[in-house]
Amino acid sequence: MDNNKSIETLVKTETIRKRVVSVDASKDEKVKTITMTDGPLIPKKGEKHLMTSWRITFFIALALLLGLVIFKPDPYREIFIVCIKGAPVTFEVTICAIIGAVFIGVFTGLGSVSKHHIINMISGVYVEFIRGIPLLVQLIFIYYALGRFFHIEGMIAAIIALSICFGAYMGEIVRAGIQAIPKGQMEAATALGLTRTQAFIYVILPQTAKVILPAIGNEFISMLKDSSLVSQLALADILRKGREYISRTFLSLETMLVVALIYLILTLVLSRLVGLLEERLHKNG
Amino acid sequence: MAKIEIKNLSKDFVANGIKTVHAVKNASLTVNDGEVVVIIGPSGSGKSTLLRSVNMLETPTSGQIFIDDIEVTDPKTDLRKVREEVGMVFQSFNLFPHLTVLDNITLAPRKVLKMDKASAEKLALELLEKVGLKDKAKSHPNQLSGGQQQRVAIARSLAMNPKAMLFDEPTSALDPEMIKEVLDVMLALAKDGTTMLLVTHEMGFARAAADKVVFMDSGEIIEEGSPEEMFTHPKSERTKSFLDHIL
Repeated sequence: MDNNKSIETLVKTETIRKRVVSVDASKDEKVKTITMTDGPLIPKKGEKHLMTSWRITFFIALALLLGLVIFKPDPYREIFIVCIKGAPVTFEVTICAIIGAVFIGVFTGLGSVSKHHIINMISGVYVEFIRGIPLLVQLIFIYYALGRFFHIEGMIAAIIALSICFGAYMGEIVRAGIQAIPKGQMEAATALGLTRTQAFIYVILPQTAKVILPAIGNEFISMLKDSSLVSQLALADILRKGREYISRTFLSLETMLVVALIYLILTLVLSRLVGLLEERLHKNG
Repeated sequence: MAKIEIKNLSKDFVANGIKTVHAVKNASLTVNDGEVVVIIGPSGSGKSTLLRSVNMLETPTSGQIFIDDIEVTDPKTDLRKVREEVGMVFQSFNLFPHLTVLDNITLAPRKVLKMDKASAEKLALELLEKVGLKDKAKSHPNQLSGGQQQRVAIARSLAMNPKAMLFDEPTSALDPEMIKEVLDVMLALAKDGTTMLLVTHEMGFARAAADKVVFMDSGEIIEEGSPEEMFTHPKSERTKSFLDHIL
């Protein structure tokens, strides 16, 4: 449906694919803007160019990794086995933190569309704070703060820290998603006698969820990559396992090659899955 | 059923922070119990703004609105309660696309009137029968034609058993062949004695069902009268030229 498409574009442009730099040539000379967006490129059936580059990258990465492990088992097989042991931690942190981030994001998003000025300001300030501080700095800061004042152990502290950091971006996604729902929906709901809260719960948010699902998928992939930062926090994720191996064997280049390939393959698979999800949502209107 | 009274209502919009647009200027209008009042006029004349003020979807700049002697414009009035009792039908239907037709209708009775699921669904099916769409209960809005969607929207409003109904250009977004099915439902409502305030371009409906026709132009109510008077002997020149254009 046309309507849905425009909503999705709105959410996408309003949120965050910072990686893709595009110049909007349709606008007139003076207001030409360069928009930076974030997140991995999501290959979809319609976009042939992207799909091709996705395929090429994926098969090169896979062939390289398999080739190294099979034909040069020393040292690559051992490196691979050591590093992949970190994958459960990476996934655990990422999955738990994305759930936390969505949770925080829903409240932040609702806060930023709230008519209540103070709530509005709180979520605004939170978003500004988070966006202005490098992720690694935030992570370490929150991690130590949680450890000192609440005595929370490593894994959970890392998950909370990542949730707080990504919650701000998620809040922006939720806000854009809510604002993308036509005004008439809220009007119709309140005209029927529902309170604003009821209207949000039963009418606005279920529609928002569908609109922002692909964006959450993007965030998931970004988070999978950024979760490598938790290796700074003594969590045995993929990167950490690799670095531990380096400190034992000094095979730094070989190890990092494997680590990079593992991350690359994971994100490529996930980005295709998000692409499929998007296609599916499109089909169902 | 209810009586709607609009007294000296004005609504200003501030466009781009500087230019003020007077959408409605000092309009007064009464819809008596069981009456059907149709507001006509060129686009941009403030008809919709006036109508939307009745359940406060637009907050008037000045003036008062009473529904059954309860002042809607009073900040102390519980707006939610007022809206519960006044049904509204929109030009763009505004059905909830993620819910089935049945759930669209039962949502408000269940959540606002705390009706249990079974009786809400029974009510919904009765209303769907009334608008001729009983077989569409399990469909989603995007599987229906515009006319069907608007009939569902009417049923959805009726499920709250409103004292009065507001219609904001209910047939303007419809293909010509679908207008009649919606108008038939509206005519039936009017015959039942529902208090109705409408903005519409359907002069045929106004002629057939309206007790009073109100002509608005550039935010002002120019004249009002029975459809007979208005359509055959309009007093004002502006009414006359508007009617000449559309009839």
